[in-house]
Amino acid sequence: MSDVATAVRATAAPAPRSRRGSVLRVIAWAALLLVLLALPLYVGPGLLSAGQYVMVGAVGAIGLTLVIGQAGQLSLAHAFFLLVGGTSYAVLAGETEQAGSEYIVGLGLPPLVALVGAVAISALAGLAFAPVAGRLKGIYLGVASLALVFLGFYLGQALPMLTGGAASGRNPEPFSLFGFSFSNEGYLAVLGVPFRQSERLWYLFLAFTVIAFVLARGAVRSRVGRAWRGVRDNEAAAAVMGVDVLRAKAGAFAVSAAYAGLAGVMVTLWLGLLKPDESEFGTFGLNTSIAFLAMAIIGGLGSIPGAVVGALIVYGTPQVLTLFADELGLGDTLAGLSPTVISLYVYGIAVILVVLFEPGGLAAIGRRITGFATRRLQLDATAATPPRPAPPGEDRS
Amino acid sequence: MSTFVQLLVNGLGKGAVYALLALGFVVIYKATEVINFAHGSLALIGGYLIAVTVDTLGFPLAAALGILGAGLAALLIERLLLSRSRFATPDSLALLTIGIDVVVVEDIFRRLGTTVPYLGAPWDARPIQLGGITLFSTQLVALVVGLVLITAFFLAFRFTNWGIAMRAQAENREAAALMGIRSSRVTATAWLVAGALAGVAVMFIVTQDFSGTGLSRTTHAIAFAAFPAAIIGGLDSTAGAVVGGVIVGLTQALTEVYVSIPFAKVAVFLVMLIVLVGWPAGLFGTRELSRV
Repeated sequence: MSDVATAVRATAAPAPRSRRGSVLRVIAWAALLLVLLALPLYVGPGLLSAGQYVMVGAVGAIGLTLVIGQAGQLSLAHAFFLLVGGTSYAVLAGETEQAGSEYIVGLGLPPLVALVGAVAISALAGLAFAPVAGRLKGIYLGVASLALVFLGFYLGQALPMLTGGAASGRNPEPFSLFGFSFSNEGYLAVLGVPFRQSERLWYLFLAFTVIAFVLARGAVRSRVGRAWRGVRDNEAAAAVMGVDVLRAKAGAFAVSAAYAGLAGVMVTLWLGLLKPDESEFGTFGLNTSIAFLAMAIIGGLGSIPGAVVGALIVYGTPQVLTLFADELGLGDTLAGLSPTVISLYVYGIAVILVVLFEPGGLAAIGRRITGFATRRLQLDATAATPPRPAPPGEDRS
Repeated sequence: MSTFVQLLVNGLGKGAVYALLALGFVVIYKATEVINFAHGSLALIGGYLIAVTVDTLGFPLAAALGILGAGLAALLIERLLLSRSRFATPDSLALLTIGIDVVVVEDIFRRLGTTVPYLGAPWDARPIQLGGITLFSTQLVALVVGLVLITAFFLAFRFTNWGIAMRAQAENREAAALMGIRSSRVTATAWLVAGALAGVAVMFIVTQDFSGTGLSRTTHAIAFAAFPAAIIGGLDSTAGAVVGGVIVGLTQALTEVYVSIPFAKVAVFLVMLIVLVGWPAGLFGTRELSRV
């Protein structure tokens, strides 16, 4: 019963809110979106690129928080699905080329088709893992999924035809939509600000993130999400209620893999390069799986906004520290205290603190704050009636 | 044929090292039901201590310090962090150990900087010719040390008060506590022993014969193979850990030569997947039954 899911107290769909509260929420979300849309007009390419990296993390972390927090299936295979997504995109969109002695395959499909194809292939890879996932539970499943990361490490090197090989990798086709390229090609200016690759990719990634976010929320609040939580909390009970347990597990893995695949496409577009790892520590290595896990844990397992904030902390810290390294006096001299190292300390310690002190992660903290605020609102509205005590299990998980 | 014998002996030597790591893993799991993702970093702590002291203290003293340091580090993790969070489930504590692992690993490599030190083990890089086959002395010493330590462990586990207390607690925590067994002491010693075993294992991993590289991220990745070893054997079976370690060692040694070195790293995990599909709780693990 106590699978990893319930380990760090996972969150479910939020409780229905008061009308006034929900209006406020909509306004807050709209304001946030507006700020994000306007950002490229004011911010330079460095910060935009950092933001894009955070969005890569956000998309991946949303996928991971769904499978771990909502469906209760511990997955450490996220980095593998990133590799599958990135490679699929590069192969589907790229051209066949002869690089030195290497022969690199490419199908030359339109980038949009390649993107959808890459996400679908990643989902299928997740589905292919279902026979294993269906048989295992908890930590056993987590370690089994670890096998995929090592498999990806091997395949990345063993199939230079697809990946371009670990030494040089291959350049993915820049994304384009109806002839508009998300690269430095052509000239475009909005309000006097030239829109080059970093501005264009910002909007592309923002669109991906918003779609990923909205779809995940939809899944969580619907029948699918209820089935996942049922399986997470008690497989036997869920089966009795008519949930097809194996199917729910397989579905959760496929969805999470699809998210990771999209993140994989995004990271290859962001780097402008698909390059499999040369050592166990790299773009698609175990460390990446763990970084995504840290995002999900810090944000609160199962919470989608939490995953986004987790990505901001885990992927945002090193980027921002790098940008301001000189101002902060973070040369390469400081006993190796590089931005990457600092950010690893930050999220390593954050994971420890969350498990020790706030198993619900930032989502639980956020809920407490908004809960407090809405209680105050309700108090103002119905001045006399005392606030009801919060029902037990406020997260309805 | 001679290659095969050579591989067999070297594989068994590697297997003994993995068995030491996996045994520590299983001891921790039995005592606390926590999967220790920080096991690799315990090995790194031991290796780091040896690497920085070996020049001044000489290998035997440095090795003793490394083993002790790894054990104490494990003890500290248990006392300072895990024992403080009594209400967290074992699985969330496993996630906590991931956080520990990230911090410790990063700190050690920050300290090491660009250096990749060997530990100066006296058995390293001294191949022995024996009737046409070449044996690595690291693997031979590992095999002997592994056999001695594992035997000692099983004797202690079977006959000493500590072993009986351990087994009683693994069987039923509350009943053991009611019988006067100090749960916290059992848990603490379990971590201490597991850490020390990891400290022993690292002396064999960081050699030219075993990993071919000094103390580096590769060391950590190799220590990770203790996971499949423990899982193959079954997480709550000490004998299983030894069997799992040997399976992992042999798989690696054989695939390295008969397939390829990159494949050897995956092969271990593929074997684990195959075992898990057939035996979801490992070869010797107790199957969990769910009560409806």
